[in-house]
Amino acid sequence: MRHNLKTTARETLADLRPGEEGTLDALDLPAGDARRLMELGFIPGARVSAGRAAPGGDPRVFRVDGSEIALRRATARHIRLRSAPGAAK
Amino acid sequence: MNTPRAASGPGGGIDLPAAPHAPRRFVALVGPPNSGKSTLFNQLTGLRQKVANFPGVTVEERRGLAKVASGKDVVLIDLPGVYSLVARSEDERVTHDVLMGTMPGTPKPDAVLLVLDATNLNRNLVLAAPVLALGLPTIVVLNMADELEARGGDLDPEALATRLGAPVALVSASRGEGLEPVVEFLGGELGVPASLELPALHDIPKCRQWAARLGDEAGYSPPAPPVWTRRLDGVFLHPVGGPAVFVLVVVAVFQTIFTVARPLMDLVDRAVSSSGAWLGAHLPASLFRELVVGGIWGGVGSVIVFLPQILLLFLFLGILEDSGYLARAALIADRTMSRAGLQGKSFLPLLSAYACAVPAVLSTRTIENKRDRIATILIAPFMTCSARLPVYTLIIAAFIPERPLLGPVLGTRAAALLGLYVLGFLAAFGTARLLKSSVLRSEGAPFLMEMPPYRWPTLRQIGLRLYDRAKIFLRRAGTVILAVSIALWILSNLPFAGGKPPAMAESVTGTVGRALEPLVAPLGFDWKIAIGLVTSLAAREVIVGTLGTIYGLEGDVNSAGLQAALRHDLAPGGAVALLVFFAFAMQCVSTIAVVRRETGGWRWPAIQFAWMTLLAYAGAFVANRLVTVFLA
Repeated sequence: MRHNLKTTARETLADLRPGEEGTLDALDLPAGDARRLMELGFIPGARVSAGRAAPGGDPRVFRVDGSEIALRRATARHIRLRSAPGAAK
Repeated sequence: MNTPRAASGPGGGIDLPAAPHAPRRFVALVGPPNSGKSTLFNQLTGLRQKVANFPGVTVEERRGLAKVASGKDVVLIDLPGVYSLVARSEDERVTHDVLMGTMPGTPKPDAVLLVLDATNLNRNLVLAAPVLALGLPTIVVLNMADELEARGGDLDPEALATRLGAPVALVSASRGEGLEPVVEFLGGELGVPASLELPALHDIPKCRQWAARLGDEAGYSPPAPPVWTRRLDGVFLHPVGGPAVFVLVVVAVFQTIFTVARPLMDLVDRAVSSSGAWLGAHLPASLFRELVVGGIWGGVGSVIVFLPQILLLFLFLGILEDSGYLARAALIADRTMSRAGLQGKSFLPLLSAYACAVPAVLSTRTIENKRDRIATILIAPFMTCSARLPVYTLIIAAFIPERPLLGPVLGTRAAALLGLYVLGFLAAFGTARLLKSSVLRSEGAPFLMEMPPYRWPTLRQIGLRLYDRAKIFLRRAGTVILAVSIALWILSNLPFAGGKPPAMAESVTGTVGRALEPLVAPLGFDWKIAIGLVTSLAAREVIVGTLGTIYGLEGDVNSAGLQAALRHDLAPGGAVALLVFFAFAMQCVSTIAVVRRETGGWRWPAIQFAWMTLLAYAGAFVANRLVTVFLA
């Protein structure tokens, strides 16, 4: 997997390019939506990588803890990443 | 996903035998979506299934009788897939309520089969916490053992059983392997799970840690990523190749529905007409013979001919769904959905509306947002359901000559059919935009969809589904269509004068038809089509049987005769208008009834019926004019 180290601007899942990885920080979503995403594995501290997408780049498939979940950009940009993607842990 | 599978219509199949001697045991199947719960259910019950709705709500309830060695009466209840026991949508509430024993009409389960995907244990095991906390006798069934092994994963079920205080079985439901302990559990003595220390159920990160620790202690090593899934996604989700494959798949399905179904339909057609001829020759000449041969064989027979085509459609839908491609197709289609103002969750109900609008309307219960849900319900009947297929095929075969358009890939007839599917879709799309930008405007809920790994569909799963579909189709042919055919035949033979039935045009049917004719004449229809439009209010395909009966009374039984008769009575403009009318009109009593129930009143179904009828009439009028002018 290609790690992009020159990244400083990968603030949310929506900023990840295909193949890039990041560590999830927080979900800025209504409680019910956040809970559903957490049930699917989007838990603070989890490693998430961006995969393929529908034509036009939206929605995109994200890999988290053995699952592949497709999210629209509108949701992905509310999921914040820790500041140094690929360098956490 | 439960698209076409949910299309099992109202009413059950076989009655589950009551056993007065042994008390029944109710066992609930619980598991996350995509864990293979329904596969296991099918494997354990086979054809001993019954589909109904939970009383009060419209979530589908599948019950089946499991075969166990002790001869005990074990009823399995397949519950909707859930990620947790926190109820947010109607589907989840059903699962929650059944497990708590608060679902009216359903007894509290005596035991639970918790089905989890072994290839994704850490996430799946989270559900074990709330389920075990119920304190019911539980067996944890770790499914997809074959896939876990093939991808180099490992797990010690014994160790996990010790940690969980409940029996654990590692199985492959699709292959039917490792099911012995499950069957044994179903029929054996039930033990309550040992009480164990569970994490606080509302704290998901804590639950996740708990699950991960359990997995570690059970020697779980997760499988390697599914290599083939990655490779296939490289093709199916390729920015250019993906949409190309999508279009190719759709086109291929339509072309095959025509070319492959043809010989099979001819076969059924020959069987119907030769058995009709045989009956005609062997029954004594009487009114009864006329009723059987003309009314019943003509009416019901001309609908049954379409069984192969409908089964073929469901075969394709089944393969696409079970292989995992449908999830990718949903992803590719999501852009279009969002342009219509709809959320991703509307895609699956709409897709299942291609089979039948009734289960589609029911499956909108998974949409939490009420306005989105109503919008989806209102546009679902525009999607081309399988009941339209007989009408489309009949008219297309009668009026459009078969010519290759793209070599052997696409012919004129398949293209016409495809065009009608697109027409329905456009009407749905336009209506959705209209609704979502006005009365049903709302904030979108997040779209999230799991992409399951690609899998080989199994013959057994698809076969069971086709069996279901055939049963429903034939039951309808044997009830609604039979009744309409008989009633129509009687009305067409009244008033009886001088021991002789009247000429068709002078009969009650003919009189009603001719009274309606001025109303439909601008569309290019005659009084026979008018009668067909009236009877098809019950269900769309009834028009085929009706025309079969009307023309059957005039001497034709087989569908080639029906086609010739249609060509004689209907100008090309009227034929196209009829196709357009059926694409738009809401001719389906079951759909109207289910929309009323789901939206809690007559307001929405009334608006929906008026809008669809208006669109159908206007569309047919324009189509008739355009074609007539164009051909003149």
